[in-house]
Amino acid sequence: MKDTTKLANMRDAVMLAINELGDQDERVVMLDADLASCLGSTSFQEKHPDRFFNCGIAEANMIGVAAGLSSMGLKPFTHTFGIFASRRVFDQLFLSVGYAHQVVHMIGTDPGVTAQYNGGTHMPFEDIALLRQVPGVTIIEPSDAQSMYELVKQAYALDKSSYTRAPRKGIAHRYPAGTKIELGKGIELATGSDVAIIATGSVMVGEGEKAVEILKEKGINATLVDLHTIRPLDTELLEKVAKRCGSVLVCENGRYAGGVGEMIATHLIQTVPVKMDFLNVGERFGEVGNLAYLQKAFGFTAENIVAKAEKLAK
Amino acid sequence: MEINELKRKALQIREMTIREIGHFGSGHIGGSMSIVEMLTYLYYQEMRIDPKDPKKEGRDRFVCSKGHAGPAVYATLASKGYFPVEWLKTLNAGGTNLPSHCDMTKTPGVDFTGGSLGQGFSAAIGIALGQKVKKEDSRTFVVIGDGESQEGQIWEGAETAAQWKLGNLIAFTDLNKLQLDGPTADIVSMENIDTRWLGFGWHVQRINGHDLAAIARAVEAAKEVTDRPSMIIMDTQKAHGFIPGENTTKNHSMAFDETVAEEAIKELLEREGE
Ligand SMILES: Cc1ncc(C[n+]2csc(CCOP(=O)(O)OP(=O)(O)O)c2C)c(N)n1
Ligand SMILES: [Mg+2]
Repeated sequence: MKDTTKLANMRDAVMLAINELGDQDERVVMLDADLASCLGSTSFQEKHPDRFFNCGIAEANMIGVAAGLSSMGLKPFTHTFGIFASRRVFDQLFLSVGYAHQVVHMIGTDPGVTAQYNGGTHMPFEDIALLRQVPGVTIIEPSDAQSMYELVKQAYALDKSSYTRAPRKGIAHRYPAGTKIELGKGIELATGSDVAIIATGSVMVGEGEKAVEILKEKGINATLVDLHTIRPLDTELLEKVAKRCGSVLVCENGRYAGGVGEMIATHLIQTVPVKMDFLNVGERFGEVGNLAYLQKAFGFTAENIVAKAEKLAK
Repeated sequence: MEINELKRKALQIREMTIREIGHFGSGHIGGSMSIVEMLTYLYYQEMRIDPKDPKKEGRDRFVCSKGHAGPAVYATLASKGYFPVEWLKTLNAGGTNLPSHCDMTKTPGVDFTGGSLGQGFSAAIGIALGQKVKKEDSRTFVVIGDGESQEGQIWEGAETAAQWKLGNLIAFTDLNKLQLDGPTADIVSMENIDTRWLGFGWHVQRINGHDLAAIARAVEAAKEVTDRPSMIIMDTQKAHGFIPGENTTKNHSMAFDETVAEEAIKELLEREGE
C-alpha cells in the first residue's frame, strides 16, 4: 500500500494511481485536452509517450476517441476540467461511452467552488447530476490524498466507466496508509446519534469535521460520513445512520437538482424517512474568488453546517 | 487617430494589463498581451461605440471568445472610460465586476460572455446575424485563439457564417502558436490555417498582429467584403510586451507580483523608447 502523506496536491494522488496502473497494464492509455500541465498527466506522457495523447482543446472529440480506444480493448483515462468533462461533452459521454457500453475513466478536476479564480464559467456544480444520467458509471469524490489514490485504482479495477471529481490544488491527509478504504462504502468519521451529516468531497468533509467539534461543545453528538462514493450509493450505511440519528443533512459542493442530496433523499424516503436538510448551491451560478470567499458566499462553512444540524437535531 | 498615437495607447494598455495582473498576483498574461494592438485598434479607431452608453442600440460589438484574455479587455475598457481604472485592482477578487474570464453580466462594455472556448465565436455569429435581421449597419468583431481553433464548434460556426454570407462579421485569429500545454504545433497543429478558412468560404488575410498599420489595412479591406465573413489571421507573440514571459512557452498563465510588474513595465518602456 502506497503512502500518500508526502504528496503536496490532490492531483498528485490522482496521477500516482494512474501512473501505477499504466506501469502495470499496457492497455492503459491517457488522453488530455490541453490541461495536461494542470493535472500533471505530463508525468504519464513522460513514462509512456506512446500511450499518451494530448487531444488539444476539443473535449467532445476526446471522449469519442476514448470510446473508440475502449472498443479496441484499451483502457482509456481522460482528463479535463470537470466542467468540460461533464457539460461540454455530455452527449458523446452518454452515447459513445454509456449507451455503447464502453469503459472510460474520466477525471474531472476543480469540482464546484474549487475552480476559484477561473470563475463562474469554470465551476462544475452539475457534473454529478449529469453523470448520474448515464447508467452504470461509477462516481467518486474522495476527500483526501489516500482515498483519492485508493479509489481511482478501485474504480479502474471494476472495469466499468468512472468519473472522478478531483480538486487539483490543496491537499488533505485524513486517512493514513493502511486505512481500509472501500469503493461504495462511506466512512464514518464521527458516530453521534443526534444528527447525521453526510458530506462529499474535500471542502465539505473538511468543514463537516470542524462542525462536528463545534456541535460537540454545544452538546450535540453528530455522525459524520465521508461519502466518497456517490455511485454505487452506500444505502446500507445511509439507512443505518438515518435510523440512529433520526435526521440527515447532506452537504455537497454542487447543485441540488440531481445531486447527492436528492439521490439520498430519494432513497431514504422509501426506506427510512427522516427529517432532512441540504447544503448546496441551490439555484445559483458560480462566480470568481478565492476558496475562502466562495465558501462563505455559498455558505459552505462549518458555521452554516452547525446551524443547519442544530435545527435538525432539535 | 494617428498610428503613433494608437501605438502609445497600446503601450498604455499593456502597462495597465501588466499592473492589473501583478496586483492580483497571477493571470493569463500570455493571451492578454498578444491581442493588445487589435483591442486598441478596434476600441480607439474602428468601433462605433459609446462608453457612456455601453448598451447603445445599433453599436458595433466585440466578443472576446478567448475569454481568458479578460485582463486586456478590461484594461482597454477602463482606458476608454467604461468604468474607473481603479476597478482593475479588483480583478478576481470576491464580488468583483472583473472576473478572470469575460462576463457580459458583470462588466460594462463586455458584449458577450466567454470562458468555455469556442462558445463566444458562435455567439458572435448570432450577434452578426441579429444585426442583419434588425437591418443595422453595424458590425461584429470577434477574436479566437489558435488553440481554441481546435474546438469543433469553431468550424461549425465557420460553416454557418459563410452560408449566411455574414459580411458584417470580422473575426481575428490570435496565432501566437502557443496554447496552455505548450506549442500548438506539438499538440494539435494549426498548420495551413489560412487555407482552412479559405476552404470554409471566408475572406482571409494574414498580418503581423502587433503592427497597427497592418491591422488598419486589414480591417479596411475586410469592410469592403460584404458577401462573406472575414478572418484576419494575426501572427503574434504570446505575452508580447511582458518581457519576462516573452521567451518561454510557459507563459499562458503566470504568477508575478507588483514589484515584478513594475520592473517589467520599466523594461518595456525602455525597449519601446519611451
Ligand atoms: C472548452 C474549454 N476547454 C479548455 C479550457 C481551458 N483553457 C483555457 S485557455 C486554454 C488555452 C487556450 O489556447 P489559445 O486558444 O491558443 O489561447 P491563447 O494562446 O491566446 O492564450 C485552455 C486549454 C477552456 N477555457 N475552455
Ligand atoms: Mg494561442
